Amino acid sequence: MESLIGLLLAPPLLGAAVLLLGGRRLDRVGHWIGTALAATSFAVAVVLFADLLGRDAGDRTLTQHLYSWIPVGGFQADIAFRLDQLSMTFVLLITSVGTLIHLYSVGYMEHDERRRRFFGYLNLFLAAMLLLVLADNYLLLYVGWEGVGLASFLLIGFWQHKPSAATAAKKAFVVNRVGDIGLAIAILVMFTTFGTFAFGEVLPAAAEGGATETTMTLIGLMLLLAACGKSAQVPLQSWLGDAMEGPTPVSALIHAATMVTAGVYLIVRSGAIFEAAPDAQTAVIVVGAVTLIFGAIVGCAKDDIKKALAGSTMSQIGYMMLAAGLGPIGFVFAIMHLVTHGFFKAGLFLGAGSVMHGMNDEVDMRRYGGLRRYMPVTFVTFGLGYLAIIGFPYLSGFFSKDEIIYAAFGRGGAQGWILGGVTLLGAGLTAYYMTRIMILTFFGEKRWQPDAAGNEPHPHESPRTMTIPMIVLAVGSVFAGFLFNLNHAFVDWLSPVTGIAEGDSPVSHLTVSIAATTVMLIGVAIAWLQYGRRPVPDHAPTGRWVTRAARRDLLQDDFNHAAFVLPGNYLTRGLVYVDHKLVDGVVNGTAAAFGGLSGRLRRVQNGYARSYAVSMFGGAALLIAVTLLMRAV
Amino acid sequence: MSFPLLTATVVLPAIGAVATAAVPAARREAAKWLALLFSLGTLALATAVLLNFQPGGDRYQLTESHAWIPAFGVRYELGVDGIGVAMIALTAVIVPFLIGAGWNDADPREGETPADRRWRPTQGFFALILMVQAMVIMSFAATDIFLFYIFFEAMLIPMYFLIGGFGDRAGEHGEERQSKQRTYAAVKFLLYNLAGGLVMLAAVVGLYAVTAGQLEGGGTFSLQAITEARATGELTFAQNTERLLFLGFFLAFAIKAPLWPLHTWLPNAMGESTAPVAVLITAVVDKVGTFAMLRFCLGLFPEASVWATPVVLALALVSIIYGALLALGQRDMKRLIAYASISHFGFIVLGIFAMTGQGQSGATLYMVNHGIATAALMLVAGFLISRRGSRLIADYGGVQKTAPVLAGTFLVGGLATLSLPGTGPFVSEFLVLVGTYSRYPVAGIIACAGIVLAALYVLILYQRTMTGPTRPDLERMPDLRPRELAVVGPLIALVLFLGVFPKPLTDIVDPAVEHTLSDVGVEDPAPEVEARP
Repeated sequence: MESLIGLLLAPPLLGAAVLLLGGRRLDRVGHWIGTALAATSFAVAVVLFADLLGRDAGDRTLTQHLYSWIPVGGFQADIAFRLDQLSMTFVLLITSVGTLIHLYSVGYMEHDERRRRFFGYLNLFLAAMLLLVLADNYLLLYVGWEGVGLASFLLIGFWQHKPSAATAAKKAFVVNRVGDIGLAIAILVMFTTFGTFAFGEVLPAAAEGGATETTMTLIGLMLLLAACGKSAQVPLQSWLGDAMEGPTPVSALIHAATMVTAGVYLIVRSGAIFEAAPDAQTAVIVVGAVTLIFGAIVGCAKDDIKKALAGSTMSQIGYMMLAAGLGPIGFVFAIMHLVTHGFFKAGLFLGAGSVMHGMNDEVDMRRYGGLRRYMPVTFVTFGLGYLAIIGFPYLSGFFSKDEIIYAAFGRGGAQGWILGGVTLLGAGLTAYYMTRIMILTFFGEKRWQPDAAGNEPHPHESPRTMTIPMIVLAVGSVFAGFLFNLNHAFVDWLSPVTGIAEGDSPVSHLTVSIAATTVMLIGVAIAWLQYGRRPVPDHAPTGRWVTRAARRDLLQDDFNHAAFVLPGNYLTRGLVYVDHKLVDGVVNGTAAAFGGLSGRLRRVQNGYARSYAVSMFGGAALLIAVTLLMRAV
Repeated sequence: MSFPLLTATVVLPAIGAVATAAVPAARREAAKWLALLFSLGTLALATAVLLNFQPGGDRYQLTESHAWIPAFGVRYELGVDGIGVAMIALTAVIVPFLIGAGWNDADPREGETPADRRWRPTQGFFALILMVQAMVIMSFAATDIFLFYIFFEAMLIPMYFLIGGFGDRAGEHGEERQSKQRTYAAVKFLLYNLAGGLVMLAAVVGLYAVTAGQLEGGGTFSLQAITEARATGELTFAQNTERLLFLGFFLAFAIKAPLWPLHTWLPNAMGESTAPVAVLITAVVDKVGTFAMLRFCLGLFPEASVWATPVVLALALVSIIYGALLALGQRDMKRLIAYASISHFGFIVLGIFAMTGQGQSGATLYMVNHGIATAALMLVAGFLISRRGSRLIADYGGVQKTAPVLAGTFLVGGLATLSLPGTGPFVSEFLVLVGTYSRYPVAGIIACAGIVLAALYVLILYQRTMTGPTRPDLERMPDLRPRELAVVGPLIALVLFLGVFPKPLTDIVDPAVEHTLSDVGVEDPAPEVEARP
């Protein structure tokens, strides 16, 4: 069975190579090749999953060592994979949602002449993401980590002719690289501390407590920095909204369901390190809590349906981060929410894509309205995803989110109350912004108008290749949480890897459920009062300063521009001047001091090469002469 | 006596240079093929060197030793350790691609008179490239310091003519201005390097004087003899003498490398010369500088090397950050790549002077990977420039629409330049960082900033030239031609291969690095906590 692990990665890797190098002759079948290879990977994942289920709970870790990658003295990096319950969970999520979104893209990208290349990039993404979760050591994880960043860059900028897409792609990569420094430094510290960066060696050593707490805190904070970049958490969140420039299937797969959750994976995987570094854990919690609210506020203000959903993604990942920061009380539920979120958020994005597909790529929700009559399948599947995300009782979000809220209270003391309050507030905001999206898109009167060229959109239901994945994801959004909670199946499955602990929650499960449901209903009601009861203006009202700031993503770009971009520009321009005038000037000046070379340099116009050749040979002769002299002395 | 393989590897391209130069001007196509043939022959010989080298064997292998100028103890002594083998392999691999890439760079231009052609004959271009190759390989193989010095200096002559004689097709500024700038660049290159060489000459002579005074057999230039004599205590340096000699050598190598603040000749030289020559400078010739730091500075003057380490590390860090920031500020894409190289040379020097196994192995790998990755990026940039006749980034936009393969290879070259995992440069850069951090944590962390800056300058370059709406004047730009693809394709394949499976290279380099470190007398820091089960 171990040897099958590599086979998970092979199909998408092969697909990427074939589709990107294959040239135009593959244009007609490329999308099906890509989809079939993704499905193959999913099939292998199912086989491995069945195998793991057949084993004892304590014996569900498979490893495969392929070859020695970078052997330099004490530095030994291997290409080796580890499949345990945690990575298996991710593999199933990635390959299943991945396959569905490949299928969806067949229809969505039908009219794009570069569809083959799109599928090549999607396959590349799958391969990199699988590498990320299957790697047996941090350095190999780093390869997958930057690999998904590359795929994300290529896919965000897929429509490169649009300057906004190209800029967004670059921004995503660069901001992610800031986070990647964190991962790099974490590995450097691990290596100098433990002499290794393999999970199987670092994590037990961290648990034993051989290293100082300062070291562990440093590693933890650096891992957190990496997680912030990849998972769009404050302060490295600014790229996610712009990433919506990519085609919608990309937003669904990469920027909602899988890649952006890699940060949560990293923190849960490194649980032993964070357990040894309480300060780093607190930092994780703070980042999660801040992003949870930040993303939700942004989600409330956006009129662009994808950007509103992107705000929501940030906020939901904030939940996961917060849970992951709580330690073993929260690890399992962070991952559970990650999986259920993967289903319903992917479904919501595909629904948004379906709407855009029928609306001439319009993204402004103020130009939608009443679409439930034109797109019944999209409406129902989107609606189920909506109910799941706001935590409607017994749908998947209900289970996973309530567990996080409960775990947050379980932190104990004042912190517990604050975190519990924040997570409850987040639940209310979620209900508000999602209801807003729902009403603006599917209810009320039609608000679309002819575009500049006079083409009025004719909303219509999307083709079968697109609706089938939406239906499957909607079913998952409805039932996943319930199934996971049946006999504590998910907890029992994952806890051997992540550990589990009971907090001392001041409130009961029931109280949390009631409170969360109440808050949710309040959120829904406010949104309905605002958007459902009265007509929606087709231009956004100016709003108060909070609304205006939220529309500008709470001024994140203004801040980054003022704090980094502008000073950076001045610095580079200044240095160009300094390099030319000062550094070069000093050298030229020095040369002048040594015999007017600089003057000659300037006077030389062309063709005096021979004289220099002569002077060089003169130099060589001098050399011999000096040596002779030395010999004589 | 066994076959003198190293001598053959040096002599073959030299013969090639003479033969190519002898081809009559009318038959310039024949000259190109001849040059390509000789470069491929050199590659075959270099492969033989690689295969005959035993990674676990003696430190210096394939040695040859003959008396040359007995009066001064100058010998014709050749030999390679793993580092030398890697560098010879790099040189031999790169040059055929440069010849392929520069195939039409030296052809006669419209309206050129025979008098204009005097300084840029087609066959001369290829002959000079082969001549540089021969001299560079000799520098990598020479274990006699005097022999090394001669070729270290002599390679300036063909380089001078390559930079000054052959430039890009004239841009909108006109040929006269272009030619002036070219000459300025060539003379600057020459004077800079000559100045360094003269200081080194003094140090070489000084070293000879010290050995002549202490060794029974008289003065020597032999690296091995001096290292051995130092190890046995037969030869000792006064502290100040060693430091002065070290500085003499180091200055020459730091100019060649180039290290901040001695770097200003490089952007001029790389900007004004044709793309293949720019690659020849940064990927091959400059590597002699960093290679010589490893072989001569550390090997001959271990104590002074340790003494100078803090300052050298600081200069290396400045180079990394400064080079990257300057790359960000460039409007000319060839100068941008030149400044990026300065940043990368900072990493190489950092790795060498971190004095750890990972650092020096990483630095050696870095030299190889940087050579190949920069070649890929610069040559594609050259193909682009040859289509539009401008080096200015602002003159391009939306190229990927009309020339997707060109844009794709440019991106891969760029990604390798920013050390994306999966490409060779990642392996070497990470090793340098690990090697640096384990001894100098702060320096390691500062160097990490280079990771972000590299992403910025590469992706901004890509965005401005390749994405966005296609400029009207570029709408009919042809994509890569078969010849160009044949040049770039293998380079990219090599970059990826070395990223995924660098073990063949590390196996060769590792023992050599261990020898170097034992010369210096340092050991890798041990991990704080023993984690291995």
